[in-house]
Amino acid sequence: MKSYGKYLAKRLFYMLLTLFLIASITFFLMKLLPGTPYTNQDKLSEEQIYIMNEQYGLNDPVPVQYLRYMGGLVTGDLGTSFQFDNTPVTQLLSTRVGPSLQLGAQAVLIGTILGIVLGVIAAMKQNTWVDTAATFTAIIGRSIPNFVIAVLLQLVFGVYLKWFPIALWDGGFRSSILPTIALAISPLADSARFIRTEMVDVLSSDYIELARAKGLSRWAVAFKHGVRNALIPLVTILGPMAVALMTGSMVVENIFAIPGIGEQFVKSITTNDYPTIMGVTILYSAMLVFIILVVDILYGVIDPRIRVSNERGE
Amino acid sequence: MSNENHSVADETIKISPDMFERATGAQKEDSEKIAAPSLSFLQDSWRRLKKNKAAVLSLIVLILMMLASVAAPILAPRDPNAQVIQHANLPPKIPGVDINGLNGTSVAGTTRVDKYEQQNVPDDVYYFLGTDSLGRDLLSRILYGTRVSLLIAFVAALFDLTIGVTYGLVSGWYGGRVDNVMQRILEIISGVPNLVVVILMLLVLNPGITSIIIALAITGWISMARVVRAQTLKLKNQEYILAARALGESPVQIALKHLIPNLSGVIIIQTMFSIPSAIFFEAFLSFIGIGIPAPTASLGTLINDGYKTFRFLPHLMWYPAGVICVLMIAFNLLADGLRDAFDPKMKD
Amino acid sequence: MSNILEVKDLNITFDTFAGKVQAIRGVNFDLKKGETLAIVGESGSGKSVTTRSIMRLLSQNANIEKGEILFNGQDLVKKSEKDMQGIRGKEIAMIFQDPMTSLNPTTTIGKQVAEPLRIHQNMNKEEAHARALKLLELVGLPNAKNRMKQYPHQFSGGQRQRIVIAIALACSPEILIADEPTTALDVTIQAQILELMKQLQSKIDTSIIFITHDLGVVANVADRVAVMYAGKIVEVGTVDEIFYNPQHPYTWGLLASMPTLETEGSLYAIPGTPPDLLDPPKGDAFAPRNAYAMKIDTEYEPPMFKISDTHYAATWLLHEDAPAVEPPAEIKARQELFKKRYAEGHPVAEGGTV
Repeated sequence: MKSYGKYLAKRLFYMLLTLFLIASITFFLMKLLPGTPYTNQDKLSEEQIYIMNEQYGLNDPVPVQYLRYMGGLVTGDLGTSFQFDNTPVTQLLSTRVGPSLQLGAQAVLIGTILGIVLGVIAAMKQNTWVDTAATFTAIIGRSIPNFVIAVLLQLVFGVYLKWFPIALWDGGFRSSILPTIALAISPLADSARFIRTEMVDVLSSDYIELARAKGLSRWAVAFKHGVRNALIPLVTILGPMAVALMTGSMVVENIFAIPGIGEQFVKSITTNDYPTIMGVTILYSAMLVFIILVVDILYGVIDPRIRVSNERGE
Repeated sequence: MSNENHSVADETIKISPDMFERATGAQKEDSEKIAAPSLSFLQDSWRRLKKNKAAVLSLIVLILMMLASVAAPILAPRDPNAQVIQHANLPPKIPGVDINGLNGTSVAGTTRVDKYEQQNVPDDVYYFLGTDSLGRDLLSRILYGTRVSLLIAFVAALFDLTIGVTYGLVSGWYGGRVDNVMQRILEIISGVPNLVVVILMLLVLNPGITSIIIALAITGWISMARVVRAQTLKLKNQEYILAARALGESPVQIALKHLIPNLSGVIIIQTMFSIPSAIFFEAFLSFIGIGIPAPTASLGTLINDGYKTFRFLPHLMWYPAGVICVLMIAFNLLADGLRDAFDPKMKD
Repeated sequence: MSNILEVKDLNITFDTFAGKVQAIRGVNFDLKKGETLAIVGESGSGKSVTTRSIMRLLSQNANIEKGEILFNGQDLVKKSEKDMQGIRGKEIAMIFQDPMTSLNPTTTIGKQVAEPLRIHQNMNKEEAHARALKLLELVGLPNAKNRMKQYPHQFSGGQRQRIVIAIALACSPEILIADEPTTALDVTIQAQILELMKQLQSKIDTSIIFITHDLGVVANVADRVAVMYAGKIVEVGTVDEIFYNPQHPYTWGLLASMPTLETEGSLYAIPGTPPDLLDPPKGDAFAPRNAYAMKIDTEYEPPMFKISDTHYAATWLLHEDAPAVEPPAEIKARQELFKKRYAEGHPVAEGGTV
């Protein structure tokens, strides 16, 4: 147990180091950006720009600005937005975390569950038309860009059939259905493909044959002995899945007008709102690093082989 | 004993005493020839790939699309950036085809009208896929756009390949401290979502094809490096590599002569997957408005332009979206087929 | 003794990328109640496929082209999958080659041993658990009570094979198929596992089909031996007959390539490789590797020739027109020993050394 604690401490250290480096690099990259953050800079006089820079602390030497920013970061202060009525970035983002998290969670849940079902069926019906169809579905899901899927859903179910609102967010479940589907396609395709490969591997293993030799049917063996072993490695793709979701949320939130982080990020990028861009960058990185850490811990919890070797102190 | 029914020789066999003479070597060898021809790794893989209909079809589609995009200056009926304001927003019209949607008509309100007549377009002028709001020919723009998207994807994939393979080889080959440090660096880099890096890079660099390629190259090589390192670690301790080392071959010689040929399978597969991902990223960036600047066409900018008016002129979005979907599906199917073909475990 | 299992003219093919592989080409054998039959042969000879077909656990690309597998008079080939599920693990059980991979890594061993009991004997959790504990004690797993909650990776190879044996014997099957159960184990552990199997066989009165490529093991455990080559049984007989009066040149080769304490100099090796069963050669499949091959071997497949009531071999050398041949010196010595001992009236290798 002692060494497991040590291992965790090491992971935590790397996590913080990663975040520190990301924050620093982002900060200096932002300093390299051309132009000023003011939308109407052509109309501003030098003097006005100087005064505004003074107000945002942009006239101080870069190292001073850097220390101030990093100091703020420790206390959760991400600075002040240049746009949006000078709202503090932390406040700006905190109101937007909710919808993004809701969409992301729904998409991951629906996507992976359907993906697992599809993958298991494909593996069980290996090399039949069912398998081909499932694999093909997964490839199409992975291939079609999520913004195309989102627009297609919006057009068919919003504009033509009028089953769902076209682009309106009221926080309710109904308004979240189309964006959730658009976001769920990618985790669905990824997990289906992943589970199929794992399951095919597991199904050809000796312990599956032994379970069959005990007198269990193919499907009983698959569920009692196969799925669990195939699911364990799935946690390793949670990280990449989260990244895909962040990417996806930027376009999907925009298309469906959802007040989430992704939509804010795009808005900030197009308006040169450095503090918000940095805030979102750090937030996304923190989320990813956190997920990687959780996956690491989770893996140890659900796989008895790792769990025990940790207890033994390896 | 169930064997008994077999202990009597079959009646149909005609046995003559001379058959009990010793068999000659030739007679024996005759029955020991090997039935299957021997094939090299690549021949064998190619043979297996050919059995995969989806992959072969994808390969053909991709070759055609690549040829079309390379030949865009010849094939494109018009200058992709030439604006003919009088011919703006025209629906597709193909000579000799009288199907709604392809005959120059569109629905305005409740009636179907001939837009070409309405806008006084001469009878002999056809826009096969229609025009956009600035009167630019969509077909020409799609041809040039595909060209730009493919260019970005291939160059980015080439960068991934060079950086990733080198990094992976060095890390895996030297092992120990070098590997440890290089892996920690990888770990830190992979803690950053790649889209964030790409976006930051694009903000710092001037928008354009080169910036997108650089931005994609900075993030894309990581998975290649991982795969190559893992394989190198595995190969490094195999006998033929040890033998080459014992014979005093330099690491570079070993890498070129032994490692890379054996890694070619995973490298090709990984590259095949990184191309569609680059195509997607270009389209994604252009869609959110920080990709290729106007007026250059890419599949992403075309979709973005089309999306702005898609409720009224859906064809402006669906045609480029269709092209990108076909490209992505074909690349993914081919990559999948290649992976199966290279994977000897799947041999049956 | 009555036959509990009769395999008649079994033919099995596999559909592969390159074509149809004729893995089993007319196999006949029977298994008597309480006996141990060893099936010997090199890898690819079809011994595992034969036993998998008895369990009807062949891969999906396998076809039983023709033949019967009569278990207590019922043809298993014709049984439905559902009926087979009632037979597997209950009437016919199996032990696999590699104990390191044949247990589910994420399930406790207690649960895995209890599973067949719950499937076939309708036991509830507690009953099955109690019986599983008994079984694990029976197979000599030390400290079984405390270890039931542990996972497979916490056991050594030998211990795992004991657990696998416990699973196989859970429902006291009539037939136990052991597919190279000791190949993956250390030599000392091998002996322990063989000893355990012999003990258990006498306790629960089961018939065993023992698959191996190791002739040394055969002499230890088997009553009768069937030698397989290229999808056929080429010689079958009692242990004595196979070891001390072998008739088939392939059996000669196998015996001569086995080291004994008397072996001096280099060990004999059968030249060449087994034939490609995608396109089996005309005539006797062993002819190309056979130093005694005759013309007829390249033309016709030899039938089974009877040597004694229990001993048959498929080689044209036993045909009345065949010239007398001189077997290798080592085999000759064995045959002479056999004749001498039989004249004196006591068998040679009863469970002893070879």
